Amino acid sequence: MATKIQTPAYEAVIGMEVHAELMTESKMFCRCAVVDLTAAQPNTAVCPVCLGMPGVLPVINQQAIEYGIMVGLALNCEIAEFNQFARKNYFYPDLPKGYQISQYEFPLAVNGYVMIDLPDGSTKRIGIRRAHLEEDTGKNTHLSDGTSLVDFNRSGVPLLEIVTEPDIRNAEEAEAYCRKLRAILQYLGVNSGDMSKGVLRVEANISVRPVGSNEFRNRTEVKNLNSIRNMFRATEYEIERQIQVWESGGSVVQETRGWDEQKQKTFSQRSKESAHDYRYFPEPDLPVLEISREWVERVRAHMPELPDTKRERFMNALGLSAYDASVLVADRPIADYFENAVKAGGDAKIIANWMMGELFRLMNKSGLEREQINEISVKPEQLVEVIQLIEKKTINNNAGKKVLEIVYNKGGEVSHIIQSEGLAQQSDEGVLRTAVMQVLDQNPSEVTRWLNGEEKVIKFLMGQVMRAMRGTGDAQAVQRLLEEELNKRK
Amino acid sequence: MSIDLTTLSIVEARAGLRSGQFSAIELTQSYLNRIKALNQTVKAYLHVTEEQALESAQAVDQAIQNGKDGALLGIPLAIKDVLSTTGVETTCGSKILAGYTPPFNATAVQRLFDAGVIMLGKTNTDEFAMGSSTENSGYFTTRNPWDTERVPGGSSGGSAAAVSARLAAGGLGTDTGGSVRQPAALCGVVAIKPSYGRVSRYGLIAFASSLDSVGAFGRTVQDVGLILGVMAGHDPKDSTSMNVPVPDYMATIGQGVKGLRVGVPKEYFIDGMQPATEKAVRAAIAQLEAMGAEIREISLPHTRYALSTYYLIAPAEASANLARFDSVRYGLRKTQGDLWDTYKTTRGEGFGAEVKRRIMLGTYALSAGYYDAYYLKAQKVRTLIKQDFEKAFEQVDVIASPVAPTTAFRIGEKADDPLQMYLSDVFTLPASLAGICGLSLPCGFDESNLPIGLQLMGPFMREDVLLRVGHAYEQATEWHMRQPAL
Repeated sequence: MATKIQTPAYEAVIGMEVHAELMTESKMFCRCAVVDLTAAQPNTAVCPVCLGMPGVLPVINQQAIEYGIMVGLALNCEIAEFNQFARKNYFYPDLPKGYQISQYEFPLAVNGYVMIDLPDGSTKRIGIRRAHLEEDTGKNTHLSDGTSLVDFNRSGVPLLEIVTEPDIRNAEEAEAYCRKLRAILQYLGVNSGDMSKGVLRVEANISVRPVGSNEFRNRTEVKNLNSIRNMFRATEYEIERQIQVWESGGSVVQETRGWDEQKQKTFSQRSKESAHDYRYFPEPDLPVLEISREWVERVRAHMPELPDTKRERFMNALGLSAYDASVLVADRPIADYFENAVKAGGDAKIIANWMMGELFRLMNKSGLEREQINEISVKPEQLVEVIQLIEKKTINNNAGKKVLEIVYNKGGEVSHIIQSEGLAQQSDEGVLRTAVMQVLDQNPSEVTRWLNGEEKVIKFLMGQVMRAMRGTGDAQAVQRLLEEELNKRK
Repeated sequence: MSIDLTTLSIVEARAGLRSGQFSAIELTQSYLNRIKALNQTVKAYLHVTEEQALESAQAVDQAIQNGKDGALLGIPLAIKDVLSTTGVETTCGSKILAGYTPPFNATAVQRLFDAGVIMLGKTNTDEFAMGSSTENSGYFTTRNPWDTERVPGGSSGGSAAAVSARLAAGGLGTDTGGSVRQPAALCGVVAIKPSYGRVSRYGLIAFASSLDSVGAFGRTVQDVGLILGVMAGHDPKDSTSMNVPVPDYMATIGQGVKGLRVGVPKEYFIDGMQPATEKAVRAAIAQLEAMGAEIREISLPHTRYALSTYYLIAPAEASANLARFDSVRYGLRKTQGDLWDTYKTTRGEGFGAEVKRRIMLGTYALSAGYYDAYYLKAQKVRTLIKQDFEKAFEQVDVIASPVAPTTAFRIGEKADDPLQMYLSDVFTLPASLAGICGLSLPCGFDESNLPIGLQLMGPFMREDVLLRVGHAYEQATEWHMRQPAL
């Protein structure tokens, strides 16, 4: 789509389906470990159960149920007492039993909502229709010679499918929903949120309709969205595409569409006519799972703090602004970093400023995402150390930035770097005064301009002094001495 | 050796082993010799595991010398080929699993091995346990030892025939709708189908998951009680196995029937059943009465819906259970064109007609638009059938009936008429649907000298009552002592 139609006559109706792998110790129905698919050798975390050998039986992983309950509670859902697994039947080489065990008629969690934070500072309530447990499939790899290989390491990994009501109206809201959901999953410690590794997979069900109408028109299901950025672009593209189809007198075909990252377009994958009949029926190998209210309360009592609660605390107890608090809670690793720094003994507001200013700048520069803050060389304690050295006037602000950049790029100890780079602040009045007098002697015309009332020239002179001292001068002292010496020359 | 060791019951063989009259090697060798002589006639075994059997026997003899004892230590058994055995080909009687060797033992099998059981081999079965005659085996049809022109019943016909022909001291079968009870009746041996959940299904290659159970064959009621006692009990690998204690069956088996109430369901004596069968079963009931049991006529009103209910639920589950045979990881692979052609060719060539029929029946019953009318309705009727039994067991302790409407039929007689074949299980299906336990034991012979079976059905998890009644009846009669002339 070359041109974007700006028509207020349409609104999008979007529902999201998110598949989140649960980081349990073992798989959904067997004792195999849940491993990082990108790191483990293929077919090393497998057993007869997750390979679908003849005669094997599933056993429910209690930890997966508890993780599911936690997510359900965090999404303000009702946790069902009566839980039943079903078989979803279809043939594919990555599905070893020929059916997927999945909750169907009786899901774990229903009727919830999540508050999303929009760029303009407002919030919006998005309904959660259901969240149900199932098992993941294996992964096919298609080789250039036409053969295919299957890795069953992922087969049987617990998967929570979270489905919203069709409450989302545009790509910005879709993005805000994904960010909020991802943060909640990260906070609960049930998912890393790493979409590039496929542990969090997003699908958007999109339709458009004239503003003011209550109808639901044909929708498309957009898949292959391996990052929030791609999800945003695909959603924007698909909304515009559908508007154009209706505007040009056509009608949108109900189908599954993929996202082509290269072409930045969605494309048709499967039409409704070829949709599967999954022939769901209750899984006879598993008894009904009853979740007592006591169990739910036990899980609730052990739930970690969620983003919204943490933001309130950052504002009320630590005195952060609403904006700063929102930025710091949006990713669990950022919030953890911040809290570790506060714990190390720094002023919360100053730490927030340094993180959101200097650290984020350095991370952007080196192409790191916010959630990768754990990978940087600057540890929270080191950030605090630098801040404290500035407060003690051991170094000045600029030297502090320099130290951080060096630690960020090369690692090393803060004190050692200050010494080896000669960044310690110079506060000795004699030394400073000598430098000031030298600068004044070397810049007679600027001195004259100052004496003629051009006060801003002092900034240039300050810069010259600081430069002469390789940035280590105590800026306040320099300013004071400059004024003194200039006044002497009146 | 003056006596033929293969004529001994398990209880007798254990006594001989314990007292050192003969060794496990000698006992095992006796069976292996008889298998060599007669298996070509009876065709009970798909594969005989001679080498492994002798190795196990040697180990058992060593253990006995070291003072070890146990109910089944050194007892040679036949294992139905739908039960997984480590490193031993397990085919389910199907071409699609030819050459498949499981990497693990079924829990029931493992428990027997742990108790010192010696496996003689894997026995023939209707393909994936779907059938009542072994004629649906992908390999060959097993012969009835009483008349080799007749079927042994099925699907566990191989184990039933092996025990009947003394090609094993006892055996394992599986029962989904009558697959141990009906062949036991047709071959003149004893078999127990435990309650659903009494014995772990782990490693039993599934036909219909909500109905499958592992059962035991023997030549006496005590023998099947001993085998059941070893296999039974909760298994963490099977979530549908019941976590309740297993009673000591031998402790109560001798308590007799005096004062027990025996129900006789009028719906189990139908038009068209063989007169000799009805006569023998009624005589057996009279015998129980003579021994002190109280006989009550009862009604199980939904019995007539059992067949249609079963043939919706079992195929529906089978259609999913058999989807894993897709040639990707094990078993037959017929590479052909694209992925879907390979699926179709492999499954088309690997499965036999009856298996395909049931996959189609089940797929249809689960399809969108038909699910409510077929599968869901069948589940509701299943509940009614279960309630029939629950009500009946408020009045009686055990229910007596025929096992099958007729004695063994001729090979080929019903092979082309699936409905006629399905009717041979009409008396065994209800207990399977209800998940309760059943015992099949010899109670007479027809005019052609073919064995007739008595079925005893007990409340959920009350195998002890069945064994007690069966044992008492057996003590008072001699039907179980007759042996086929081979």
